Amino acid sequence: MRAKFAVLALLCAALPATAAETIQERAAQCTACHGDNGQSQTENIPSLGAQQPGYSLIQLFMFREKLRTFEPMNEIAKDFTDDDLRTFSDYLGTLPKPNPPADAPDAARMQRAQAMTQQFHCNSCHNADFSGRDNIPRIADQREDYLAKTLREYKNNTRQGYDGTMSEVVAPISDDQIADLAYYLAHLPKS
Amino acid sequence: MVSSSALRRGLLASAVFSLFAFDAVAQQPPAPVPATPAAAPAAPALPPGSPLIGRPDNSEAAKLAPVSGPPIATAADKLPTAKLKAPPGFNVEVYASGMANAREIRLSDKGTLFVGSRTVDKVYAVTADKHEVKIVASGLHRPNGVAFHDGTLYIAELSQISKIDNIESQLDNPPKPTVFYTDLPKDEAHGWKFISIGPDNKLYVPVGQPGNNVLHDSAHGQIRRMNLDGTGAEVIALGVRNSVGFDWNPENKQFYFTDNGRDWVSEDVPEDKLNRLTKVGEDFGAPYCYQGNISDPDFGWGHSCSDFTPPAGLLGAHTASLGMRFYTGSMFPKEYKNVIFIARHGSWNRTKKLGGDVVAVTLNKDGTVKSVKPFLTGFIDNNNYLGRPVDVQPMKDGSLLVSDDWNGAVYRVTYGKKVAAH
Repeated sequence: MRAKFAVLALLCAALPATAAETIQERAAQCTACHGDNGQSQTENIPSLGAQQPGYSLIQLFMFREKLRTFEPMNEIAKDFTDDDLRTFSDYLGTLPKPNPPADAPDAARMQRAQAMTQQFHCNSCHNADFSGRDNIPRIADQREDYLAKTLREYKNNTRQGYDGTMSEVVAPISDDQIADLAYYLAHLPKS
Repeated sequence: MVSSSALRRGLLASAVFSLFAFDAVAQQPPAPVPATPAAAPAAPALPPGSPLIGRPDNSEAAKLAPVSGPPIATAADKLPTAKLKAPPGFNVEVYASGMANAREIRLSDKGTLFVGSRTVDKVYAVTADKHEVKIVASGLHRPNGVAFHDGTLYIAELSQISKIDNIESQLDNPPKPTVFYTDLPKDEAHGWKFISIGPDNKLYVPVGQPGNNVLHDSAHGQIRRMNLDGTGAEVIALGVRNSVGFDWNPENKQFYFTDNGRDWVSEDVPEDKLNRLTKVGEDFGAPYCYQGNISDPDFGWGHSCSDFTPPAGLLGAHTASLGMRFYTGSMFPKEYKNVIFIARHGSWNRTKKLGGDVVAVTLNKDGTVKSVKPFLTGFIDNNNYLGRPVDVQPMKDGSLLVSDDWNGAVYRVTYGKKVAAH
């Protein structure tokens, strides 16, 4: 199933964009993997709803320039113009915020992780409600698997980021703590 | 080591600066006093390099975070050139645009401008005649620093230095840079570099502290110099927190460098410094003493600011004073002869933004700072950045180039009747 999504995304990306095509039509190549209404149903693929346009712009730019490596995204973004990058990032910001999982979270784990977000000052740049700002991403109700994967990548330096801030921040956070942080952020009650 | 008169001079420089400065600076008390932190040091367990170390736990402070510029260069017709202000008689124009995250700039003898970058992977060249932008290196990790000597382009990445010989004869098809120096830490924090080649024909390379405020090891917090093949490296300045700009006084060849003060002590201190090295091996105080007269609240205990070389002058709190050059050209009025132009990138660790301009620094006969005056302003609008100056570079004709990483552009400042760049 996932392979089919990827193929679909690549096919759509290969089609030339015509002036008549709306952004919704062009974004079909995004929703194929990232899901409808801003909510990803695919393992390790992030939800993009209500994402900060400044952050999406940086990521799309980095995919285009191969400063961030993920082959399907590098392929999709490779022929994007600067205006394309802006159009897509602005559009993603207009999609609905993602939802947390329906089941009630483990209260003790949530409490433990919430203390950690203060200890590590996650709330300083990402905002108290983790909605992000400017170039700093929304992480509230992001997929748990994607959050954990990303934090691990920052920790082992396989993802260096735009300005290196996250590499420093994650350095002292243990693997267990990463799991708890990802669980907490993914299960935040929708604001 | 330091006479009290030297310290008084430092304070005097600070007072003079306040007189000439504008906006928020004018509201500061003229002579800073030793600071008391706004709150107890933050909870432990922040990483040693975290920019959030020392952040007091209150909601106004929580609003402040480092600001990264956009990854895409601003189109030439959207640049904020019309909003930039220089003193009467000066003109500002776009010299080159479309260079995402343009950082350190350096001219060759023939007038080719080389441009480094930090958040992207590229080094650019701008041709002398048509100002055409070419990418001369890519796939590099934070290639902020560029220098030029005898036909060779030197490039400083985060943790290595490389070069391309005869670069100007192969701008369209340059070979990959040849790495010749790798004995550098790999820390992301303050790891990007400004480089320059001195009148002694040596390459000068800073290694910042790996974080906001850390007891650094012997590989950090310093400026080194080395032969142009990377041999013979020696540390010439210690106690340097994060220098991203330096140059030599044309009158006596003394080495001057900017140094960024730490974050989170308070809104108004410590100020960034302009330092002067008079003897190899001098210690400029980080992390024990900031701005020459503030004992660090965390590490200053047991140390005295009088143990360290005082600054030649102060450049404003959190202003991020970066690239600097002495001006020896003849285009500008004579009061600009031998002034230091300094690009202040602008603050993030301050509620009301400060800096975000180019200042003209005049020295006293004894080499200390006499005055700091705004030269190119208008980059901050309603407490938001329209652009952020990173480096300055005088041209042979006496005009001044200014790089702006926020917009990926280089501006040219001229004096007198407007003439086209050539």
